[in-house]
Amino acid sequence: MHKTLNSTTPSPVVSLKNVHKSFGTLKVLDGVSFEVDRGEVLVLIGRSGSGKSTALRCIDRFETIDSGEIVVCGHRVSDPKLDLRALRQDVGIVFQSYNLFPHLTIEENITLAPCSVKGMSRTHAKEEARRVLAQVGLEDKLHQYPEQLSGGQQQRAAIARSLAMQPKVMLFDEVTSALDPELTGEVLKVIEALAADGMTMVMVTHEMGFARGIADRVVFMHRGKVHETGLATILTSPATPELAQFVGTGL
Amino acid sequence: MGGSLNANHLMFLGHGALWTIGLSLIGLLGGGIAGFVIALCRISPSLIVRLLSAGYVQLIQGTPLLVIMFLTYFGLPTLGVTVSPLTAAGASLTIYVGAYLGEIWRGSIESVPKPQWEAAEGLALSRSQRMTKVILPQAIRIATPPTVGFMVQIIKNTSLASVVGFVELARSGQIINNSLFEPFLIYTIIAAIYFALCYPISRISRRLERRSGPASLSLGTA
Repeated sequence: MHKTLNSTTPSPVVSLKNVHKSFGTLKVLDGVSFEVDRGEVLVLIGRSGSGKSTALRCIDRFETIDSGEIVVCGHRVSDPKLDLRALRQDVGIVFQSYNLFPHLTIEENITLAPCSVKGMSRTHAKEEARRVLAQVGLEDKLHQYPEQLSGGQQQRAAIARSLAMQPKVMLFDEVTSALDPELTGEVLKVIEALAADGMTMVMVTHEMGFARGIADRVVFMHRGKVHETGLATILTSPATPELAQFVGTGL
Repeated sequence: MGGSLNANHLMFLGHGALWTIGLSLIGLLGGGIAGFVIALCRISPSLIVRLLSAGYVQLIQGTPLLVIMFLTYFGLPTLGVTVSPLTAAGASLTIYVGAYLGEIWRGSIESVPKPQWEAAEGLALSRSQRMTKVILPQAIRIATPPTVGFMVQIIKNTSLASVVGFVELARSGQIINNSLFEPFLIYTIIAAIYFALCYPISRISRRLERRSGPASLSLGTA
């Protein structure tokens, strides 16, 4: 393989090159580089404050970077003249706190963006809502309000809302951290199914067992740097003492 | 001269009360529109717009409504603009109410949790779509009790329009008293009418506040 097989899709889907970012005097990202290829699942792990969530948020430009380069689905995210809305049509993001819109039903939560951003017709958007809700196993919750759902159901609905925009890559920012173990399982199952469907994903998680099962590649962040990276096997046989200590205490 | 309170006097008071209601509605409508614009300016991405609107709010909240009335009614004619008492009172109330409602509504918009903005941004909604479809519907719920509560302030403040010769409830009471010389009786009636107008609104506000939970904004009183 000397050339890219498909010239219309420049690989990789996500690429960070030597990214630096500080909050005031605190350096959170100190020369971070990694790439995510099409269909790949990249799991970011590390202690609180290691910069993993910041790195993830930079991909969707929720944080701006000080130096370096980020390219996502062909969008130069680090370019100040970036078309933000075009980037965000290609990138889906799911947050720890679900962030469903409380004044809208689940169906309205899902159809809002396809209708107002993509100009999709109401009927088409409603079909789409039904499809993505079936994908996360919530087809019966179409007309309920977020507060009527359990945490796990809300998070699945939030995933469905992102899917309805048919993103090219999905970002998951500690999506199970607010859930108790019982509800965590149902959300992880949905994410596993997405991975099996070939969705490109970047996720920050503290669920080490889950990470081992789903990750094509693992990036261990430590003090704002990519400290160790490799296949999911590094979680069971880490090369650096820092990762060994992290998985030792994190399991 | 002299005589006792009769039906004509009561008619006159009723007429004044209607103008109090009318002026309140003008203040609410004009001030509502001004307040909405100010609330949006206060959270504008542009620093200059934010500073200007914050300056306006500070200036108006630091000025008595009475003085604003004097300025519009007696001040403007010296600049060549003659205004009727109704226009002066209506404009003054709009300026004044706008500053307060603008702050109440800015607070309501800002108390919609930040992650709601982020979620809307993540879905590629434009700023105006985020505002109209995600933030404002939630902010309106938060803003309703304090806004209804502030209507009581508007009604009471319309009494200041009497200083520019506008005959609303307080002024009509003064006029009747000038012929009957029964201040205690007449002003008691006036007070009772104001109370009858304001009390139901306070009750509604209280009820709305209870329904929407503990989050309520404290108001600057006039």
